[in-house]
Amino acid sequence: MKLLRRILDKQARHFEPGGRFERFYPLYEAPDTFLYTPGKTTTGAAHVRDALDLKRLMMTVVVALVPCVLMAMWNTGRQIHVAVAGGAAPLANWRTDAMEMLGLSFDASSLLANTVHGALYYVPVLVVTFAVGGAWEGLFAVVRRHDVNEGFLVTGMLFPLVLPPTIPLWQVAVGISFGVVVGKEIFGGTGYNVLNPALTARVFLFFAYPAQISGDAVWIAAGTSSAPDGYSGATALGEIAVLEPVEGSDAPLDGLSAIEGKVSWMQAFLGDIPGSMGETSALACLIGAAILIATGIGSWRIMVAATAGTAAISLLLNLIASPTNAMLSVPFHWHLVLGGWAFGIVFMATDPVSAAQTNRGRYIYGFLVGVLAVLIRTINPAFPEGVMLGILFMNLFAPLIDHYVLKANIKRRQARYAQ
Amino acid sequence: MFEDYLNLAVKAIFIENMALTFFLGMCSFLAVSKKVETAVGLGLAVIFVLTVTVPANNLIQTYLLNEGALAWISPEFAGVDLTFLNLLCFIGTIAAMVQLVEMTTDRFFPALHATLGIFLPLIAVNCAILGGSLFMVERDYDFGESVVFGLGNGIGWFLAVVALASIRERLRYSNVPHGLRGLGMTFVITGLMAFGFMAFGGIQL
Repeated sequence: MKLLRRILDKQARHFEPGGRFERFYPLYEAPDTFLYTPGKTTTGAAHVRDALDLKRLMMTVVVALVPCVLMAMWNTGRQIHVAVAGGAAPLANWRTDAMEMLGLSFDASSLLANTVHGALYYVPVLVVTFAVGGAWEGLFAVVRRHDVNEGFLVTGMLFPLVLPPTIPLWQVAVGISFGVVVGKEIFGGTGYNVLNPALTARVFLFFAYPAQISGDAVWIAAGTSSAPDGYSGATALGEIAVLEPVEGSDAPLDGLSAIEGKVSWMQAFLGDIPGSMGETSALACLIGAAILIATGIGSWRIMVAATAGTAAISLLLNLIASPTNAMLSVPFHWHLVLGGWAFGIVFMATDPVSAAQTNRGRYIYGFLVGVLAVLIRTINPAFPEGVMLGILFMNLFAPLIDHYVLKANIKRRQARYAQ
Repeated sequence: MFEDYLNLAVKAIFIENMALTFFLGMCSFLAVSKKVETAVGLGLAVIFVLTVTVPANNLIQTYLLNEGALAWISPEFAGVDLTFLNLLCFIGTIAAMVQLVEMTTDRFFPALHATLGIFLPLIAVNCAILGGSLFMVERDYDFGESVVFGLGNGIGWFLAVVALASIRERLRYSNVPHGLRGLGMTFVITGLMAFGFMAFGGIQL
């Protein structure tokens, strides 16, 4: 470590004021503060001493994401191998060649083969995200003279996890460019944005390239005779959404009948179902949630309120289950494990910047996120998945919620000190 | 019956939001969204004006302007078609309503009247208001539907402008590039808000 410090110190003079690369100071500062505690102190009058700086906060989120990343690699590989075992052909691309070179068979029960094959899909997406997003981040930092911020690490970790494995890499680049530039940098960088940048990027791709990313079909990277470039079956949510009404029957349509026998609740909870790379495992998200709550970084208020909102609205919708909409009858404990619910609520809804920032506001915000997510899933036939759009919509209203919570607080205090 | 009205209301508020789907009423949407309190005032005024003018214009259209609508006066007017006058009549109704709102706020809420300034009388030429009436004609809404449609459009516009105002209040602490400060950034946010409202596109109740 001494050596590293010496190298950095040796380069420092080029980047400091008066040095040759003064303009590029942020590019020096980023690795320096990433590796070592920054020497900067506040200069204003008010001091709050806290070991929890922005960097540690963001790194804790990255640590909390590790279970999801591991599950993403394992499950992506596993879904391919399950599909191949079911008769699909492996895709003719370099990943298949790489698997053969490594001498790994397409065995769905092999931990190593699953993880390696999944990593061959996950890692390129991650690399493109960090290369392209990092380039934008660096460019803005240099031109606008602010520091490269650790906030991008979290965005860059989140974004690949909400993408399907078969996504073309150029779309990853376009998406993260939009997310970083329009979602964050033009607001001034980390902490100033209104919407979650990873979510903005995802939603942009969702509306711009629906063929590759829409939520009713899934992306298993194995080919069939009709779809040699990637086979798209239906996600559990998609299968429920397209369930046709039974002719001449007035009994409420049972949403679970579509997936019963294929997916068990436990399977969906553990994450052994097709879907976007990192979102399938509710268990991994639960571990992440435990880390975030234990360290006080993710707001438990938002998570609890979102769960309550989901439970309330789905119990209500169960009451009006109709013969035409199968989604209405899905019980709430299924809503929690299907699709991106767990991932969205734990990692996206709790984003400290774009969520509501008052404690009372967080309850309202979280509750409405839960309600909207289920509502979009059930009553909007265009989108079988609603968590992402529900969170984005509530991001827009979070400042308004905060505004009125503050107003109410001011009023209460005025009443208290009136005499 | 109730279900139709609910469907129409959801459509008017969220799915076909005047401000964020049709981008109507942009001038006051962008100009009066600097402070939440003012935006709430203007939004309420728009709700009121839309709820009154759309049904009123509906009556004018059905009983005065449509072809054969004048037959109730005397059978010889059955062939008269005055639909070419509808823009003129609609603006008349709207201007009258706006005058009413202006006088009321001036009398009872002088502070709000002062902050809204020129934008209050300008509601008369707010495209969202005239748009509401014209959509009503185009889609053949009956009286009941036009009440729901007017109210829904008003609430939708209100939600959009208040949300934008609260976001802009927060943006005062942001470090937006110089060229984008003010209106430029507001346009970008409006676009991002339209993203959020697309969540409701395609809902059928």
